[in-house]
Amino acid sequence: MAQPGWRDAPSPPDFSLLKRLARDQLIYLLEQLPGKKDLFIEGDLMSPLDRIANVTTLKQHEVDKLYKVEHKPIVSTSDQLCFLIRPRVATVKWVSDVVNSDKAAGRFRRYKIIFCPQKFYVCDAVLEEEGVYGDVTTDSWHFYLLPLDEDIISMELPEFFRENFLEGDQRWVETAGNALHLLHSLYGPFSKVFGMGRCAKMAYESWRELQEESEQKSRRADIGTVFLVDRDVDYVTPLCSQVVYEGLVDDIFRIKCGSVEFGPEVTSSDKSVKVMLNSEDKVFSEIRNEHFSNVFSFLSQKARNLQTAYDKRRGMDIQQMKTFVSEELKGLKQEHRLLSLHIGASESIMKKKTKQDFQELLKTEHSLLEGFEVREAIAYIEEHISRQVSMVESLRLLCLLSLTENGLLPKDYRALKSQYLQSYGVEHLLTFANLRQLGVLVEQQPGETLTVMESKVGKLVNDKTAGKLTDAFSSLAKKSNFRALSKKLALVPKSDEEYDLRVPKDMAYIFSGAYVPLSCRLVEQVLERNGWTGLEEVTRMINRHEFAVGAGGGGPEGGEKTDAQRVILVMFLGGCTYSEIAALRFLGRERGLKFIVVTTAITNSGRLLEALLDH
Amino acid sequence: MAFVTATWNPLGEAFYRKTEVYEMGWRLSSGLRDCLVAAAPYGGPIALLKEPQRRSPSARPQLEIYSSSGCSMASFVWKSGVVKHLGWTVSDDLLCIQEDGTVLIYDLFGNFKRHFSMGNEVVQNQVLEAKVFHSPYGTGIAIITGAFRFTLATNIDDLKLRRLPEVPGLQGPPTCWAVLTQDRQSKVLLASGLDLFILDNTACSAVTPPGLSPQVCSIVQMCVSFSYKYLALFTDSGHVWMGSANLKEKLSEVETKVKTPPKQMVWCRRPKSHQPSVVMMWERHLLVAGECKETIQYHLDEESVLVPELDGVRIISSTHHELLQEVPAACEEIFKIASMAPGALLLEAHKEYEKESQKADEYLREIKEQSLLGEAVRQCVEAAGHEHDIETQKILLRAASFGKCFLSNFPAEYFVIMCRDLRVLNAVRSYTVGIPLTHTQYKQMTCQVLIDRLVYRKLYPLAIEICRYLKTPEYQGVSRVLKHWACCKVQQKEESDEAIARAVSVKLAEAAGISYSEIASKAYECGRTELAIKLLEFEPRSGEQVPLLLKMKRSQLALSKAIESGDTDLVYTVVTYLKNEMNRGDFFMTLRNQPVALSLYRQFCKHQEQDTIKDLFNQDDDHQELGSFYVKASYKEKRLEARLSLLQSAVDEYNKAKNEFAAKATDEEMRLLRFQRRLEEEKGEQLLGLSLQDTLRVLLSVGLNKPAEQLYKDFRVPDKRYWWLKITALADKEDWDELEKFAKSKKSPIGYLPFVEVCVKKHNKSEAKKYISRVTPEQKVKAHLAVGDLEGAAEAAIERRSEAEISMVLSRCLSTTDRGLVDRLNRARSTTAKK
Repeated sequence: MAQPGWRDAPSPPDFSLLKRLARDQLIYLLEQLPGKKDLFIEGDLMSPLDRIANVTTLKQHEVDKLYKVEHKPIVSTSDQLCFLIRPRVATVKWVSDVVNSDKAAGRFRRYKIIFCPQKFYVCDAVLEEEGVYGDVTTDSWHFYLLPLDEDIISMELPEFFRENFLEGDQRWVETAGNALHLLHSLYGPFSKVFGMGRCAKMAYESWRELQEESEQKSRRADIGTVFLVDRDVDYVTPLCSQVVYEGLVDDIFRIKCGSVEFGPEVTSSDKSVKVMLNSEDKVFSEIRNEHFSNVFSFLSQKARNLQTAYDKRRGMDIQQMKTFVSEELKGLKQEHRLLSLHIGASESIMKKKTKQDFQELLKTEHSLLEGFEVREAIAYIEEHISRQVSMVESLRLLCLLSLTENGLLPKDYRALKSQYLQSYGVEHLLTFANLRQLGVLVEQQPGETLTVMESKVGKLVNDKTAGKLTDAFSSLAKKSNFRALSKKLALVPKSDEEYDLRVPKDMAYIFSGAYVPLSCRLVEQVLERNGWTGLEEVTRMINRHEFAVGAGGGGPEGGEKTDAQRVILVMFLGGCTYSEIAALRFLGRERGLKFIVVTTAITNSGRLLEALLDH
Repeated sequence: MAFVTATWNPLGEAFYRKTEVYEMGWRLSSGLRDCLVAAAPYGGPIALLKEPQRRSPSARPQLEIYSSSGCSMASFVWKSGVVKHLGWTVSDDLLCIQEDGTVLIYDLFGNFKRHFSMGNEVVQNQVLEAKVFHSPYGTGIAIITGAFRFTLATNIDDLKLRRLPEVPGLQGPPTCWAVLTQDRQSKVLLASGLDLFILDNTACSAVTPPGLSPQVCSIVQMCVSFSYKYLALFTDSGHVWMGSANLKEKLSEVETKVKTPPKQMVWCRRPKSHQPSVVMMWERHLLVAGECKETIQYHLDEESVLVPELDGVRIISSTHHELLQEVPAACEEIFKIASMAPGALLLEAHKEYEKESQKADEYLREIKEQSLLGEAVRQCVEAAGHEHDIETQKILLRAASFGKCFLSNFPAEYFVIMCRDLRVLNAVRSYTVGIPLTHTQYKQMTCQVLIDRLVYRKLYPLAIEICRYLKTPEYQGVSRVLKHWACCKVQQKEESDEAIARAVSVKLAEAAGISYSEIASKAYECGRTELAIKLLEFEPRSGEQVPLLLKMKRSQLALSKAIESGDTDLVYTVVTYLKNEMNRGDFFMTLRNQPVALSLYRQFCKHQEQDTIKDLFNQDDDHQELGSFYVKASYKEKRLEARLSLLQSAVDEYNKAKNEFAAKATDEEMRLLRFQRRLEEEKGEQLLGLSLQDTLRVLLSVGLNKPAEQLYKDFRVPDKRYWWLKITALADKEDWDELEKFAKSKKSPIGYLPFVEVCVKKHNKSEAKKYISRVTPEQKVKAHLAVGDLEGAAEAAIERRSEAEISMVLSRCLSTTDRGLVDRLNRARSTTAKK
C-alpha cells in the first residue's frame, strides 16, 4: 500500500529537552525558598512530577518531606511549606485554610505556592478573600508539556475537556497557546498551521499574540506543520470501544501518565507491577498499534524467537558463553520479563473481551456506525441498561446512538432515559443535562429530520455572507451530522469486502475495519489537499471554524518535502485516545510522515464520560 | 599638527587638555555671581536660580533652565519658598530643595511635576545644606539640618527617608561633608575639624585617612569621585590628600600652597587614567593636582562652575563651556610631539599619501615591519572617538581607513561602529541640541538613554533619525520615540480631540509595537476622557485597553474588550471590579449579556459562593439550571427531610422550566426515598439512596417480594427489567423451585434464554436444561452452547440451516474429541452454502 516515492518517515525531534527545561525551572523555583521545606504536591501532579524529577533531586534542593495534597489539616513540623498545585479554587482554598489555622495557633511559617502550569487571577482572588494574600508567595512552574513517548506529548490537563467544552471556561486556552509557543520556539518555526474548532482557533490566536511579542529567531525547523483539533469536532471516535492493544490496555487497566499498573491477575503473582509503556519497551512497541486479534500470534512468535536466542547457548564454547552472558543475556532477560507481562495482560484482556457479550457489544457499535439495524441496537442498549452492565458503558452506547443518529427520537429518548435513571439513579438527571448541553446525547427536533434542515442550511450557506446565519443556526441545534459526514469522507468502509486485520489497508483497522476515525481522516484530507479547499461541505457540516495559515494556496503540493515539513504536530484540545494515535502512526507509515501528538490529556470513553458526571 | 597639542599641559607622566566645547549662548547680565547653579552630568541641562537684583520682600528670584550650550529652555519667576539647593535627576528632572525640606520636581521645560517632603525633622530644624547624588539605585538626596542631623533618601522615585544617627560631640556644622555609596548603601562622610566620621544606617564610626600630613588641623573641603571609589580631602594647611574612598589606601598628597579652602573641588579622572587628579577652583584660579608633585594652574577670566564627569571636568562660565580632561592614551600616542607610535606613523603616512609623496610607503613599511599596522589602525580609530573637533576626527578616520586597506583580516565593525557613534555624537553635540557627550560617556550611558534624553527635550525628529540610523529595533527605537511624541501631543490643549486622534493615528500607523493604551492613559490624566477613548480604539491588543477603561469607569466596554482579548484573567479582573462597583441586579444583568464572563463567574461561585449562583439563576429565570442546582444540593444533604425539601424545590423549578420529564423523575425519586425510608424503618434493610433497580434487587434478594411487587407496579418498572431482576435474584439465591415457578407464572417477556444463562452462571447446568425447550428457535443454539451441549447445538443449528450458527458451533468443537460432529457440521455447512 505504501506509495512509491515516499521516503521513510523522518525521526521525531528530541523532546527530552522539554523535561530538562521543566526540571531546571522547578529547581530554580525551589531554590527561591532557601532552606529546608516540606513539599505538598497535588495528587494528579505526582505522576507527571515523577517523570521530571525524582525524590533525590527534590531532596538535593532541600525538600524535607513530601506530602500529597489531601484537603485535610496537615501535620508538618517544618517552618517552610511549599505547595505544588494546580490553579484550582478548591486547592487554593485548602492552602488558605492551612495558613489560617496556623495563624489561629500562633504558628509562624513561610508559605510558597507554585502553580502548575500557571496562576490564574481567581487564585489570587481566593487568597485575598481568605485573608492570606500577604502571607504566601506565589510562583508559576511553566510545566506545560510532558513527553510521554517519542511521539506523544501530554499537557496532563484532564479538566481541560470539561471546563472548556461543557462549562465554557476558556482560561485553559491561553495555556494551550503557551504550550504551542514553547514548542514553536524550541522546534519551530512552524510554516503551516491548520485548525478545526473554536478552541483551536482561540489557542492559535493566543499563540500568535505571544509570537508577535517575542523575538523571532531564525533556526532550522524540526516541525513544519501544526494541526489543531478540538475534541468536540469528533466525539464518535473516543466513544468507540478500542481494539488496538494500547487502547485496550488503557480501557481496561487505565494507563496513567505513560505507565500502567498490572494487577495480580496479570503478573500471576500476588504483587502488582508498574510498567512504563513506551517505545523503549521493545515488546510493547511492536504490538501497541496492532489490532488485538493479532497480538497473540505476535507474542507467541516473539516467544519463539526468544527461545531461539536462549537456545544459542547450546554448543557455545566458554568464550562465546562469556560474551553471551555479558552482552545478550541481560537484554533477553528484560525482554523475557516484559513478554511475560504482556502475555499476562493479553490473557486478562482476552478473558474479559472475547466473551460473547463483547462481540455483541462490538457488533452493536458497528451497526450504529454503519446505520444498519438500529432498532436492534436500541434493543441491545435497553437490555444493557436494564441489566446494569455498567453505568459508563450504558451511557457510552446511548451517546454513540445519539451521535450517529443525530439525536434520539423523542419516544426513545424518554424511554431510555427513564430506564437509565431507574437503573443507575436519579442523580444522572444532571449527567443527562450535561450531555445534552454538549450535544452528545440529544433529542431529535420534532417535525424536521436532519436532512431537511441540512439542505435548508446548505442553501443559505452557498451565499458567503450568510456565514453568520449559519453560526446562529448551528448554536441553536447542535447536530453531529455524522451520517452525512461519514458518507462524504467514506468513514465506513464497504462491509462486503473481507478486512484482513493483519495487513491493514487503511486507518479503519483500529476499529476492526469498521470505521475510520473522523478526527484522523480530517487530518489526512487536509494534509493531502494542503488546506481546506474541496472540503467546504464537510467543514460546513462540522461548522466549526476551520482555518489554515501559511498553506499558500490550495491544491496538493508538488515536489519533495523537507524533513521538517514531514514532521506534523497534531494537537488535540480536549484529549485524544490511543486508538487515534495508532491511526495517525499508521497514516505516517503510509505517507512517509511523522506525526507528533500533543494532547491536553490522553482520554478514552470512560474518562470522557466520567468527566461529564456530576456528583 | 602642532595645534592639537597646543592646549596640552603635562602633569607627571600624563597630559591634561582643556578644550572649548561651546561658546555659551546665554546672556547673563551679572555672570554666575549670586546664582544657585546646577548642571547635570553627561552633558545635561543647566539650571540657574538668580537672586533678585533688589533686596526687597516682594522681589522673587528667577529660575532659568538652559541646555549645555546656553540655549534657554525655560524661565520663570520662583514663587515658592527659599531654595537651598538645586539638582538634576537621572531622568533630567530638576529638583529644587527648599529650606523647609520640601522638594519640588520640575521637568526640563519648567513644568511642575510633583513634590514631596523630607520629613518632619527637616521641617522643624530647616535645611542647612543639601546634596543631590546619583547611584545605581537612582537619584538621591542628602540633607543636613539645623540640628546637624542628616536625613537621606537613596531613590526619590521610591522614597524611603532615613535619618542617620547622631554624630557624637558635634556642636556646630561640619566643616565639610560628602555622600558615599559603598556596599550597596548610601553613607555620609563628614569632617569636623580633623575628625572624620562615616555615618551609615545604624552607626557613626570615626575614621582616619592613612598618611595625612601631621601639620593638618582641619579638613576644610572634600570630594568623592564620580564612581565613589576615590576621595580627596583639602586641609587647612593647603594639602590635598588623595586616596581610596574606603580610607584604606593613600594615593598621594600634594601641597597647593593655597591655604584658603577652594570654592569647588572635584575629581578629574577617566577610566584607566594614568594620572588621576583633583581639580580645585578658587575665585579666578584653577589648579589641577595629581599624584606627582607638579600641578597645572589655569587662570579663569570669569566666575565658573565645575561639573564632574565620568572622564573629566566641565567648566562652565558665563561665556564659555570647556572640558578639562586627561588626554586619552590613544590621542597622546598619536599627537605627542615626535611620537613614533604606530598610530602617529600611520597618520603621517596618510598625510604623505595625500600629498602623493612616496614617503607614505616608507612610513607604512616601517609600521608593517613591526607588524603593528592593526594596532595603528586601532589607535587612530580610538583617538578619533576622543576628539571633539570634527576635522581632527576626519583626519584620524581617514588615516585608519587608509591603513585598513593594507590589512586583510582587520575586523570592520570596530571602524564602522566608531563612525556611526561619532556621527550620532556630533549630531547631539551640535550647538542647537547642546549635549556635549564624550565617546566614553556615550558608551557608558548607552544609546537607549541618549534617545530618552532627546525625548525629554522633545527633540523627536532627531531621536527618530538616530534610531533609524543606528537601526535600533523598532520596538525600542522609533516606536518608543513616537509614543513619547504622542503622549506629548495629547497634552496640547488648544487642539481638538479629533485633530489629535487623527494626527496620532497617522504618525503611528506604521510603527510596530505602539502601546496606544499608554498614550490614551496620558490623555486621560490630562482630563481628556473622550480623546482617551478615541485613542484606545487604535489599540490592537484589546487586553491593553481594559485597565484604562476601568479607570475611566467604562466598565461595560472594558468587559467586552476583556472578553475579546481571550485572556480570562483579565475578564476576571473586570468581573471582580464590576461586582464591587455595581449593585447586584445590574451586575447580574451585565453578566447575562456576556456568556464568557458569566461562565467564569459561575466557576468561581461554584466553589466560593453557592448562594450567589442560585441568585444568578433566579435573576435569569433559568429554572432548568435552578432545578439542577437543587438536585445537586440535595445530594450534599445528609438529612432526609432537608433532602426531600430540596428535591421538592427542584420539582417546582423543573415544572416552571416545562421540563416534565425531569420533574417527574425528581418526583419519583422523592417517592422512592420515602418508600425506602418506610421499608428501612419496617424491615431494617439499608436502602436509602439506592437507585430504583438496586432497591428492587436488594428487596428480591432478601425475599421481600411484596414490597418489590409494589415498587414494580408503583413505578411502572418495565416487565423485561423486572423479570431480569427477579430471575437473577432467584438464581443468586439458588432458589431453583421458585425460579421454575416464576418461569411458569406468565409468558416471559425476555424469552427463556436468560433463564438458561442465569442458571449456567451459577454452574447449575441441569436446572438450565429445563428451560432449553422453551427458548425460541433463534436462540436455541446459543442456549445449547451455554450449557455445553454441543450435540444439541449442532442439531439446532443444522435444523435452522444457518451457516453462521453452524460455524459458531464448529468453532467450539475440538477436532480431536468431536470428530463425528465436526464432519456432520461441515457437511451441513456445505449443503447450506450450496443453497
